[in-house]
Parts: sequence; structure tokens; C-alpha cells
Amino acid sequence: MNPVQYRRAESVEDAFPGAQWRLLGGGTNLVDLMRKGVEHPAGLLDVTGLSEEIAASDDGGLVIGAAARNSAVAAHPLVRRRYPMLARAILAGASAQIRNMATVGGNLMQRTRCAYFADAAGSRCNKRAPGSGCDAIGGFTRYHAIFGASPECVATHPSDMAVALAALDARVNVAGPGGTRTIPLAEFYRLPGDRPDLETTLGADEIIVSVAMPASPFAGASAYRKVRDRASYAFALVSVAAGVTLRDGVVDDVRIALGGVAARPWRALRAEETLRGTRPTDEAIDAAITAELASAEPLPGNEFKIELVRRTTVAVLSELRGTPA
Amino acid sequence: MDITVNGTAVAPPDDARVSLLDMLRDHLHLTGTKVGCNQGACGACTVLIDGRRVLSCLTLAAQAAGREVTTIEGLDPHPLQAAFVERDGLQCGYCTPGQICAAAAMIDEVRAGVPSYVTADLSAESVPFSRDEVRERMSGNLCRCGAHNGIVDAILEVADGSTV
Repeated sequence: MNPVQYRRAESVEDAFPGAQWRLLGGGTNLVDLMRKGVEHPAGLLDVTGLSEEIAASDDGGLVIGAAARNSAVAAHPLVRRRYPMLARAILAGASAQIRNMATVGGNLMQRTRCAYFADAAGSRCNKRAPGSGCDAIGGFTRYHAIFGASPECVATHPSDMAVALAALDARVNVAGPGGTRTIPLAEFYRLPGDRPDLETTLGADEIIVSVAMPASPFAGASAYRKVRDRASYAFALVSVAAGVTLRDGVVDDVRIALGGVAARPWRALRAEETLRGTRPTDEAIDAAITAELASAEPLPGNEFKIELVRRTTVAVLSELRGTPA
Repeated sequence: MDITVNGTAVAPPDDARVSLLDMLRDHLHLTGTKVGCNQGACGACTVLIDGRRVLSCLTLAAQAAGREVTTIEGLDPHPLQAAFVERDGLQCGYCTPGQICAAAAMIDEVRAGVPSYVTADLSAESVPFSRDEVRERMSGNLCRCGAHNGIVDAILEVADGSTV
């Protein structure tokens, strides 16, 4: 690891240290990537002293400070009661030790776990070194994308939390030297295209201040299910965040977001549109997710994800159908 | 700002790259905390900061300034130690300090009503101390000898007996 400076930010205004610095949350991803030679910041600005408040908003929603630890969010009574899908998603991620360290802002900004990205010494990666090539394509692609990838990059975003946030229509409040703005989570992550090194729409000199969620009608009928290679402490092969409300047995509103399948949480909008206004029989759910999967482009090593997404979505939604909203 | 390690104030290292793990072992010679993977995958380096379990390999020592660090040396003697021996919760013993630090904090989490991924009702104020709960909550600590069954037995014994 290269020599690095360290200091703690006293305020949001203090948190714009310059391009060679990185903001440090729990460090669970950044410290590891520095040790692996993927990241070499000149300095680390510890932002864990900034807002970690979790507070109800006037519109029935919730605002979570970017420095809130993942474990604190998942354990918070309002999150558990109003957004159980979010609590479940966070609890599906990493281990208890890592959730105690990781912040909400850091969780959103974590990098892909593509093994070729992390292998600075031995693998080509367009995300790590733009223009150098991609050794994942043609390599071991079990954990890689089936939606929205490009010939430059097939990496997935590893967050569970962000998948639930996508389903819940969360917004990311950010601040920069020029002021504050709000980015819908749906627009926060970029697809790789020809610039896989650009992962988010956050400016280089901006900081995430908080994440806001609108009131959710899905508290009573929502779920997060994660399918992985071992029962716990593993990244998703596929995950499904879903919520549904019914009126007279017909789908009034539905949200489906998929994890482990793209460079961003994949909101299954086509499946949602197909289901809205229908009776959610197994056949209808199957047809809806199959319509979404029509645009999937699996790699030779991850074709199984098509069937896994289909079956997991049908299982989750058919369970929710039986849950009173 | 000093780091309090097992009750003793210690100055953070000058070099910001030093991990809490390396500071504990190499600077303070508290070698109970173990280096396993050094990349956040195994849990052998688990310590407590302000009572919460964390990975010391992915924590920079500088991040612990102003906080209280407790290692296995600071927990000793703890009822989990005898329970691990009694229930064969170890073979080689390398992962044991991390297992015990993690388990001690985990028992507090369950008693505080903190849910896990396998908790059926997330809105419930209390969660059960079941075998499935313990297995899920301890998944961040690997044991390559495969002593997990004994580890779960030991934790359940201590938790049920309310000896902590």
C-alpha cells in the first residue's frame, strides 16, 4: 500500500478534499482495494463523523444519514416496520462485523467484486485501467451481468441494500462545492458502455449526504430474497427485492428489483408494467418476468441466471400474493 | 487522540496505513487477535470497538482513535472460553479468539433484539436464540477445522445459561 494521509471531516463543507483523496466510510471495501493495489489515494477523509441520523420525514418517508452504519439501519424500528425489505436486504449482505463497519454512503459507493477488477497485478480490466481490455469476457463469469453489460465490461454491482433502495424509489441527496442536489437511485448508477470506469452520476467533488425514501405502501407485502453459493456471507448470484399491493385481487402496484445481474440494481420495469392490473397468478408472474428476461444477454458462464431469476421472482411474488397488504 | 486498548490508552501509529490488526499484534504484541485472510473474508481478526464486533484487518488504526478497542486479551476470562473447550468448539484453535469476540458481541445483539437475515418477523421486538439464528449470525467467522457444530453448542449453552 502506498503512503496515505488520514484526517476526519468535521462538516459536509469540509468534505471536498480534492481529486487525489477518497472519502472513507467503514473502509471495508476501500482499505481492501488499497491493499490490493487497485486504489491508491493520496489521502483518506474519514466521513463517519458526519450525519448518521435516521429520522422520519413529514411525508411519511425516512431519511438516513450517509454515515449511518448498515447494522444501525437494519436494526432501526422504523426501517423494520416501514421498510422490512430494506432491513432484510441489508441483513443479507456481508457479515455482522462488516455491517457494523460499513456506512450507507460507502455501501452505495462500493466497487464491483469482479475478480479480474481486483487482480491489479495479473488481469486486464477496463474499469480499473480504461482501454486495457477485459479478462472477464471469455473468463469465469458465474458472478457477472446478464443485463446492460457492454463489450468493455460485464461486472455487477455487489450491493444488496441498493437493490431494495431501487425497489423503494429511494433518492440520494448529495452535496458539492456548488450546492446540493438529489439523484433518484434509478439514475445514480451508470451502465458501463464504453466508460466502465465511470460508475455513478455522482460528481468527483460531490459527497452523499443522505438517502431518502418516500412513504412505502409495501410494508406488509414485501420481501428480499438472495440466492448465493453458500447460505450466508456470500455475494448474490441473483437477488429479488419485491413489493406488491392488491385491490380486489388485482395488482394495484408492484415493484421488482433484481440484484447480481447488472452494473446497477436492475429495476424490472417491463415486468412491473406487465403485472399491473392483472391477477397475479403463477402464470401471470412467470409471463411478466419472462418478458423482462427477453432483453437479457447472458454470458457462457452465467446462462443459469435466466432460469434463476425467473424461478426466484415467481417464488417471491407468489408468496407475497398471499400476504395481506 | 489516543486509542484505548483493553483499558490502556495508546497513541495511534504515525503511518496511516497501519491496520488496527497490525497495530495490535506488531506494535502492542497482543497476538491473541489472529491474521487469517487479511481481506475481510474469515473473521479471525474480529475485535470489539466500543462494544461492537468489527474486523481489525479492514480497520485502519487511525479510525479507532478516540474509541475503545477490546481484544480477546481484554475479554479474558469469559464464560465462552470454557464453553468452547467443553463443547469441542475448536480443533487447531486459530479462529477461536475471533469466534469468541464475535460470539460475545453477538449474544448482546440478540438480547438487544437486533434481527438477522433468518429472523422471520423483522418487526418483532425480541428474537429467538435458535440454532439457525446463531449459525447465520456467526457466518462471518470461518473455521477450517469444521468445529462449527461445537461452536454453536458452546454459544447456545452460554446464552441459555445467561452466564454473560
